[in-house]
Amino acid sequence: MFAQTAASVESRLAAVEAAAKSAQSAGDNAWMLTSAALVLMMTGPGLALFYGGLVRRKNVLSTMMHSFALMAIVTVLWAIYGYSLAFAPGNSVFGNFSYLFLRGVGTTPNADYGATIPHATYMIYQLMFAIITPALISGAFAERIKFSAMVAFTILWSTIVYFPMAHMVWGKGGLLNAFLGGSIPTLDFAGGTVVHITSGVSALVCALYLGKRIGFPREPMKPHNLTLSVIGACLLWVGWFGFNAGSAVAASGLATSAFVATHFGAAAAALGWMLAEWVRHGKPSMLGGISGCVAGLVAITPASGFVQPFPALLIGFLAGIFCFFMVTTVKARFGYDDTLDAFGVHGAGGTLGAILTGVFATNLINDGLKDSAGKTLPLGWIDGNPHQVLNQFTAVVISWVLAIVATLVILKVVDVTIGVRATAEEEREGLDLSMHGEEGYTLEA
Amino acid sequence: MKKIEAIIQPFKLDEVKESLKAIGIDGLTVSEVRGHGRQKGHKEVYRGMEYEVDLLPKVKIETVIPDARLEEVTRAIASAARTGKLGDGKIFVYHVEDALRIRNDDSGEAAL
Repeated sequence: MFAQTAASVESRLAAVEAAAKSAQSAGDNAWMLTSAALVLMMTGPGLALFYGGLVRRKNVLSTMMHSFALMAIVTVLWAIYGYSLAFAPGNSVFGNFSYLFLRGVGTTPNADYGATIPHATYMIYQLMFAIITPALISGAFAERIKFSAMVAFTILWSTIVYFPMAHMVWGKGGLLNAFLGGSIPTLDFAGGTVVHITSGVSALVCALYLGKRIGFPREPMKPHNLTLSVIGACLLWVGWFGFNAGSAVAASGLATSAFVATHFGAAAAALGWMLAEWVRHGKPSMLGGISGCVAGLVAITPASGFVQPFPALLIGFLAGIFCFFMVTTVKARFGYDDTLDAFGVHGAGGTLGAILTGVFATNLINDGLKDSAGKTLPLGWIDGNPHQVLNQFTAVVISWVLAIVATLVILKVVDVTIGVRATAEEEREGLDLSMHGEEGYTLEA
Repeated sequence: MKKIEAIIQPFKLDEVKESLKAIGIDGLTVSEVRGHGRQKGHKEVYRGMEYEVDLLPKVKIETVIPDARLEEVTRAIASAARTGKLGDGKIFVYHVEDALRIRNDDSGEAAL
């Protein structure tokens, strides 16, 4: 009789454990699926509206199309081989082909990436990052690229730049992965290097390779509808909670820290940019406010799950001023036509954020890094680990070099095969009509 | 018959419409136009790029009236549209040959 009771306690305990596990899994999975949807919302409609409003009216649809088409194209790449190249175990640069066609990526969790959520949840969450990254580049070649060239460029760029970069920083055994055995441990919580430096630096290369738009900077090229851009930027701000807080891969306290840091970074950066503008031009502007908030969101991205709220405010504020300086003074000084400032905001903000992450990361926020004895390791300079700044710098250099070299090669290949730039006639007519046979605004209808 | 073409400040449209209505002028056509006279333009700045905007938004009102009412109508428009500053606009008067009401073939002043 005694033995019987012990057995029943045992089985009841097991049932309680299973229930607790399933409750945690339910909470985490709910947040991660929500986050995945939020990150998709950043591309469409967020980025599509933000960029669409900034171009001239004859290019509004083609610019939105750059974002929208990628929601479809990158999804197919991801399903066939993208997820495997990025997240399957492999060498330190590429994943192998074990997840080809998403083989084995189902509801059973993958403990390396998220022990409490279905592996497929992690897969679909990461897909949304792969979509927005090339969409960010489109800001640099808007208003003058051929649509076919944009498609070809993006397929090659995702394959050669994004998938390996994601593997290096977040994949198991990746070169820069601080948590899963990388030899240059880098702190990049939600994609400062992977998403923003790669896209921003590639954007600069695209702007330089394609050359200026016809008439730039002599003809006025005012944003045609800033109200669209404001809506888009605010959707980006909200979506970014999924991007950064979702990168905790759990509905945890760490997700809350990242959520707070993200919001603080965006707010301080909006103020920083508007203040700089106020001093320089005498008026703070709506466009300045939204540009600043995006710059802050970019800069806080790598830091979001590692820093406390006040460093987050500081990082955001510095990013607002720094990116303002990049898109006004630096761009004017060198004269490149980065149409929508993809480099000035994402390249510059991403680089600043990656370096400052090495300064302000602290194990008071993120105790995920432990030595073999299980002791929590210091993270950034303020934890007494100045060497981390050097690691961050190395990762920045690797991202820049990969982005520059690969983007140049890809552009050259696309250029000699199908041609990159629209003809002068197509460009003057506007890409909406010349590439897609439609117009954004029709008065008669 | 006379055609009145008045270029005015956009924010004065409602007052001008009211004053025309008050003296019984019912038919008019309004369009949003851009232009400048002696008024200087302004500067706009987008991410550090400065643009001189010298074609300013204006509203153009067109109406055709019997010859006898010319004085009264131009006075009504001018007094409603005036602020006394540069940029208030101008009123042009044209001679009109004929008019035809499409619905029932009324012509001349009967068509107004």
